[in-house]
Amino acid sequence: MTTLTKQQQDPAARVRRPKAAKPDRKSFIHRSGDLKVALFFIFPAMIGFVAFYLVPTIRGVYLSFTEYSILGDPTWIGIKNYTAMLGDELFWNAMAVTVQYVGLNIGFQTVIALGLALLMHRVAKSTFIRGALLLPFLVANVIVALLWFWMLDYQLGIVNEIISWMGLPRIAFFGSEQWAIPTIAAVNVWRHMGYTALLIFAGLQSIPNHVYEVASLDGSSPTRTFWSITMPLLRPVMVLVLVVTVIGSFQVFDTVAVTTAGGPINASRVIQMYIYQKAFGESDFGYASALSVILFVILALVAFVQMKFLKGNESDLD
Amino acid sequence: MSTSTLTRKKSVNNIPVNRKPVSWRRVGAWALVVLAVAVTVAPFLWMLRTAFSSNAALASNAGNLLPADFSLGAFKRVLGMQTPEEAIAEGGSGAAINFWLYLRNSVIFATVTTAGQVFFSAMAAYAFSRLRWPGRNAVFGLFLATMMVPPIFTALPNFIMIKNLGLLNTFAGLTLPYLFMTPFAIFFLRQFFLSMSREVEEAAMLDGAKHLRIFFQIVLPNAAAPLATLALLTFIGQWNEYFWPLLAGQDESVRVLTVGLGVFKSQSPQGAPDWSGLMAATLVAAIPVLLLFMAFGKKVVNSIGFSGIK
Repeated sequence: MTTLTKQQQDPAARVRRPKAAKPDRKSFIHRSGDLKVALFFIFPAMIGFVAFYLVPTIRGVYLSFTEYSILGDPTWIGIKNYTAMLGDELFWNAMAVTVQYVGLNIGFQTVIALGLALLMHRVAKSTFIRGALLLPFLVANVIVALLWFWMLDYQLGIVNEIISWMGLPRIAFFGSEQWAIPTIAAVNVWRHMGYTALLIFAGLQSIPNHVYEVASLDGSSPTRTFWSITMPLLRPVMVLVLVVTVIGSFQVFDTVAVTTAGGPINASRVIQMYIYQKAFGESDFGYASALSVILFVILALVAFVQMKFLKGNESDLD
Repeated sequence: MSTSTLTRKKSVNNIPVNRKPVSWRRVGAWALVVLAVAVTVAPFLWMLRTAFSSNAALASNAGNLLPADFSLGAFKRVLGMQTPEEAIAEGGSGAAINFWLYLRNSVIFATVTTAGQVFFSAMAAYAFSRLRWPGRNAVFGLFLATMMVPPIFTALPNFIMIKNLGLLNTFAGLTLPYLFMTPFAIFFLRQFFLSMSREVEEAAMLDGAKHLRIFFQIVLPNAAAPLATLALLTFIGQWNEYFWPLLAGQDESVRVLTVGLGVFKSQSPQGAPDWSGLMAATLVAAIPVLLLFMAFGKKVVNSIGFSGIK
């Protein structure tokens, strides 16, 4: 899930210096020998790019049309992997579970993060508080998952101790089909809420003060100001944050892998878990690649739809 | 709530008044902030409390806030300083586990990939921001496009390639995919290089300095701050990486902490898990990041919260 970190940081960077994205200035002294120098400077990155990004991407698409068990050579079978998916109940289950997870995770995370961002912006500007809220995000997914696995344990976990102390029945958070996904979603809300809040907070700081001052002079109530000024002006940032968090959320794996491993039964077998099991559990690399292609397409669609949505809102401040 | 913000902003702009109006809104808002910090920090304290407890005593003291029967046994167990018999007696699995080794492996993995990635990405960013060459923008666009590819998508073919090269369970296989670049790192540094003033570089160029010298003696020192931020974020990300090491580094000799934690958890006796051992292990795995955060927390926080959309 580091990649999630990286992907999440990327819009933050884009948010930071959009102006610098322009093609570079022409004032620099150019010489015809630049190509040779450029080849030297870009050579290591080019190796990494071709060997570990470009070729694997093409190869991944190719493998999705083959039957391949890693021993021997891939056999071309056309679109059979894709047609098999249509009748694969586990695939549809994985999709349903993943969508449920994303819905719960993103829904709660966004609302809580927005609330926290407003609090940071208006009352608690201290770096210390922001740092404290960011802490869970810096600790590995695996660590967070295990920590909550312990705190939510049926027998001895502190949360169930509190629940039973209140006279309520204990909950098998990771152990029951109905609770597994909501629990995993909640754990990751806990991990990501501070980080998401910081991204939104950055957006809040970009809203010029005079807008609020005018609203206040006009006698706008705080609630009205929030809905008619803060939210519309914040929308581009919110959409960016959503693009990033939704894409990350679709690729949930670590938390599931170390807590439920997809169970009980199929209750938490999210799509990336299913891909992992197909490839490394059943040595079905062809089918696993086809599943990855579908995941890739879904993520691209999600990003595309959300970015289109973003463009329509970019001019809000002008 | 925005009224209170306004009051404060105005007092800053006009007359520096220190008194802020105490309203129930403000009190309520602060209560929420305190609650959020408590919810965030409390689980870490619980980790600490459990790690210093004796596993056997946990059952009878489940709700006690202080360590149950204070003991360092869990840490000894995790760091391979107990015999299997001792470990089993204290509720461990008795299986050989040595987080010292995993700690070393994590340090190697995270340090090597961070150093390589940041340095080579800086070189590439220099080529993309300072040099003119045919196809530059097309290549950069291609690099950026791969940022969209989900890691699992390249992980399978990468695994096959590393396996075919015979590099599974070696540090080479573990680090190679991260060693040369990530699209994000290049993008991040290029943005910064573009925003840097070029006067000094142009002057040096007129004096006959070569690109290599400009890169090492002018650009890198001037970009020390963003390079440090990038290195810090990359290191934390690599330290926490789980999926790729799970695929390519299962063998004990190269197993990193995150993977080791998963193994430790799955070895733990099913009926009565070694909770103190598990929490001691997570603590050991988290400490380096926590230390980094204590030292450079402000940098990390500001790298995310910085300035926003202008």
